[in-house]
Amino acid sequence: MERHWEHDLEELKRRILWMGSLVERAVHQAVHAVLDAEEPLAEAVLSEEDAINEMQIEIDERVQRLLALQAPMAVDLRFLLAVSRINGDLERIGDQAVNIAHSAMRVLRHPQVKPYVDLPRMSELAEGMVRDSLNALVRGDQDLAQSVLQRDDQVDRLRDQLFRELLTYMMENSSVVFSAFELVMVAKNLERIGDHATNIAEDVIYFVAGRDVRHPALDRR
Amino acid sequence: MTTEHSHAVSTKDAPVRFQISHLNFFYGAKQAVFDVNLSIPAKKVTALIGPSGCGKSTFLRTLNRMNETIRHSRVVGDIQLDGQDILSMDVVALRRRVGMVFQRPNPFPKSIYDNVAYGLRINGYKGRLDDLVEHSLRRAALWEEVKDYLHKSAFALSGGQQQRLCIARALAVDPEVLLLDEPCSALDPVTTAKIEELMFQLKDSCTMAIVTHNMQQAARASDFTAFMLDGRLIEHSETSKLFTTPHDPRTEAYITGRFG
Amino acid sequence: MNRIRTIWRKSLNVVMLTLTGVAAFAVVGVLFFILGYLVYYGGKSLNWNFFTKLPVPVGETGGGMANAIVGSLKLLLLAALMGLPVGLIAGIYLAEFGGKTFSFVIRYTTDLLNGVPSIVMGIFAYSIVVEPVKHFSTLAGGFALGVMTIPITVRATEEFLRAIPGSLREGAMALGASKWRTIASVVLPAASGGIITGMLLALARVAGETAPLLFTAFSNQFWSPGWSQPIASLPVMIYTYAIAPYDDWHRQAWAAGLVLLGLVLLANLGCRLVMNRRGVRGV
Repeated sequence: MERHWEHDLEELKRRILWMGSLVERAVHQAVHAVLDAEEPLAEAVLSEEDAINEMQIEIDERVQRLLALQAPMAVDLRFLLAVSRINGDLERIGDQAVNIAHSAMRVLRHPQVKPYVDLPRMSELAEGMVRDSLNALVRGDQDLAQSVLQRDDQVDRLRDQLFRELLTYMMENSSVVFSAFELVMVAKNLERIGDHATNIAEDVIYFVAGRDVRHPALDRR
Repeated sequence: MTTEHSHAVSTKDAPVRFQISHLNFFYGAKQAVFDVNLSIPAKKVTALIGPSGCGKSTFLRTLNRMNETIRHSRVVGDIQLDGQDILSMDVVALRRRVGMVFQRPNPFPKSIYDNVAYGLRINGYKGRLDDLVEHSLRRAALWEEVKDYLHKSAFALSGGQQQRLCIARALAVDPEVLLLDEPCSALDPVTTAKIEELMFQLKDSCTMAIVTHNMQQAARASDFTAFMLDGRLIEHSETSKLFTTPHDPRTEAYITGRFG
Repeated sequence: MNRIRTIWRKSLNVVMLTLTGVAAFAVVGVLFFILGYLVYYGGKSLNWNFFTKLPVPVGETGGGMANAIVGSLKLLLLAALMGLPVGLIAGIYLAEFGGKTFSFVIRYTTDLLNGVPSIVMGIFAYSIVVEPVKHFSTLAGGFALGVMTIPITVRATEEFLRAIPGSLREGAMALGASKWRTIASVVLPAASGGIITGMLLALARVAGETAPLLFTAFSNQFWSPGWSQPIASLPVMIYTYAIAPYDDWHRQAWAAGLVLLGLVLLANLGCRLVMNRRGVRGV
């Protein structure tokens, strides 16, 4: 029997996915602002920041209302809890995108340090993780979510690699320190984006399968 | 002594069906309802919650003057239905505009058809009864289940069906308001869910006020909620606000189950 | 010590069981005894003549009690018309409207009325209906019997109306029915099974009353057209014939007794049928 508040759940899903798409675009634009030295892209990211934050508040209100009024059970309860957490992670990803945009604006003023090789690879990976974690939410796809979890290590390794490279550069050539430093920050931001995308994937698995896969190192009996 | 504040709901935009002012009710010398001020918005569901004996059923029954059957009962105050004072209105005319569904299903020992047609017949309706009976049964989401058995006794139906029959019976005279006094307390959860869905669909054509001792039901099924305690109205606001951020600590104590 | 207690307990059980069993059998036995007598002695005289012919003078045979059978039916009809409506409406009043003291008074007097000896009832009817016109009549007999049906009808009506739950009345009133409308269209139909049963039983009871008829309807050898003539009735005929010295009349008295019992049996069956079909609903 269809219940009238099921529409509210559907609507909530649409809203979180919409927020996800805003965040995805922000990341993409911020990264390309750096890679392609495009100032307008960076400015676009900064102007979208408010919209993303407003959506976070709206989604939290919807979740609160549904929890209070419908006292949901089982999958509906897990869905609401997952959405609540994903909401937070998406907003943090948005913040990271803003940070990248700021870095882009600063880097722009200086000539490019070196041809970007690892940075594009890392950003593709991070963007892919965000996109796939959201797709996993849409489709309720555990396996896709699992694949996101596995990519986190790659992102971490790329960050370490970039750190080493840029450090070497900075030590060899002190005039590029400023730009290189910003790039280090960008790499760190991308790594954090990867972490948040991983969180989202973990929440999706919780919602779909009821398993809490966070902190596998902890011995849970 | 502090005055009990009934937080009036801002229904300035929404039209109001019932406007209750300074309502006091007495069973003989004993007062059961103290100075209640409440408005019941049109085309919405208003729930009345509170612990047993808080006066919510008594209050509900003043709205269609069912309390008058009790000896030595007295109503003091002003109750307006669409601007008309109900205490000076013809009680039969009032009850045609304000219907009631009771806690236990109480179909008449007649056929399903005759139950639904009863209200129409006693009010002198002379048109095509068949159509109206069907329409009411459809509104009560019962038509499909009984359309081939209209002349069977109402007692052949299950409890949930009987309650929906009582709803159809009340709807037959097309009331503006439907009062429901704990309509699901004798029913199982699945039937209760069906009736809550029914209420959601009926909202547009019929204002509803429901007394319930089940807070979750009030949370699920109503637009506005009023909390009563010891005969007084403690708080009245939109359901979503009352259940997330109530004003009064007593409301919060009741809702969180820390009461008593 | 315990053994003695156990033996005592068990013997007591057996004794009581035996006593109650014997008593039960005694009751049933008496009834079957009466029935047996009636069927044996009365059955022989039950013939076509009995149901169709008028009584014939002493010495002749071939007479019947057609006029008494019709007479009893006429009297019952009158009793029903005069007594049942009064009982019904009084019962409705008691169940639906009565105040505390007034109801108590009515109920008490009804019970007293029930206890009035039927012969006193006869004298009462005599002084009211017969004396003024110096004339026995069917009306007087019907009146006497009618008054006797009132207490039973009142009680049955009140009991069965009270058994209808208040929620049914509330349901009707919430739809805009006035108090009388509610009673007439919902409560009475719901209680009709029990009320009709009460009425049938009241009639069955007065069908066999003899004493009141002695003072009011008296008796009649012939048909009694209209309502103002004395009329024959089964109980009175039984009385008259049984104490007479004629065998033929004795046999006819037995037959009349059997017919009377048959009437009572029919009434009881009728009650069962009504209860099965209409039942006591709303409970």
